[in-house]
Amino acid sequence: MGCIESLKYEIVLRGASFAECRRYVEEHCRERVTVDPGFKIFEKPIIGVPPIVIGLDGEVVTFPYTKPCYGTFLLRTENPSEAARIRSLGKK
Amino acid sequence: MNNTWYAGRESIIVSEKERKDALLVLGCPQVPVQTAIALYLMYRLRTLGVTPVVAGNQAARMQVEVSDPLHHYGGEMVDIDTCIADLAEGRRRYSYYMVFVHNDAGISYAATVQSITGKKVVAILYGEHFREVGETIGFPCEKVAAKAVHNPMPLKKKIDEVLPWVVSNL
Repeated sequence: MGCIESLKYEIVLRGASFAECRRYVEEHCRERVTVDPGFKIFEKPIIGVPPIVIGLDGEVVTFPYTKPCYGTFLLRTENPSEAARIRSLGKK
Repeated sequence: MNNTWYAGRESIIVSEKERKDALLVLGCPQVPVQTAIALYLMYRLRTLGVTPVVAGNQAARMQVEVSDPLHHYGGEMVDIDTCIADLAEGRRRYSYYMVFVHNDAGISYAATVQSITGKKVVAILYGEHFREVGETIGFPCEKVAAKAVHNPMPLKKKIDEVLPWVVSNL
């Protein structure tokens, strides 16, 4: 996921389970949007167990990012256009 | 047009129309049995007339490449991110989906493949914590599970038991 790796992001959770990422977003993010696996975020299909919950706090996006060897990371990044796109396409 | 593929004493003839393929999604190769079981599964699939395609990260693919340099068992190999993108965009479909699962990331990949394709996946569960990992699966899938970390035989036996059924019924 070259696009994601080139972003300025903060790692919220490292080596977490998909359930832990979902719980964190539900408990800490002001706005939650549900998407299906394969939904494109930063131009790459998202990996996860549905329902995948993405957090939105204004223009800040909090989302899970899975790698085979490192498990799932929960990342947070500020991106106005992607936040708007996710808000318009995801299920609330 | 017929295609004949020989595997030791076993041989099969598959017509182009009947040709089937299977996507094998590999996990992190940190558990030693993964590559051995993947190669064995490719061999068994070929004897059943199914062409295997391997998806994995670079380390997982190179394990297969180095173990089977002439691609006697393996065939096409694709990067896992490209593979998921192709499935998500509907550019590629397979007859069977088999996902190697030994950790939470494996569950995420299996769920993603199932959700995108709408097909039942085969989760190949192995590793020290195969039972606990398997219990977290809540989506439609067939589980082939054994406690196999260094010795692939328990998982090989399970594959021998269920693979003909999988190829006939999924």
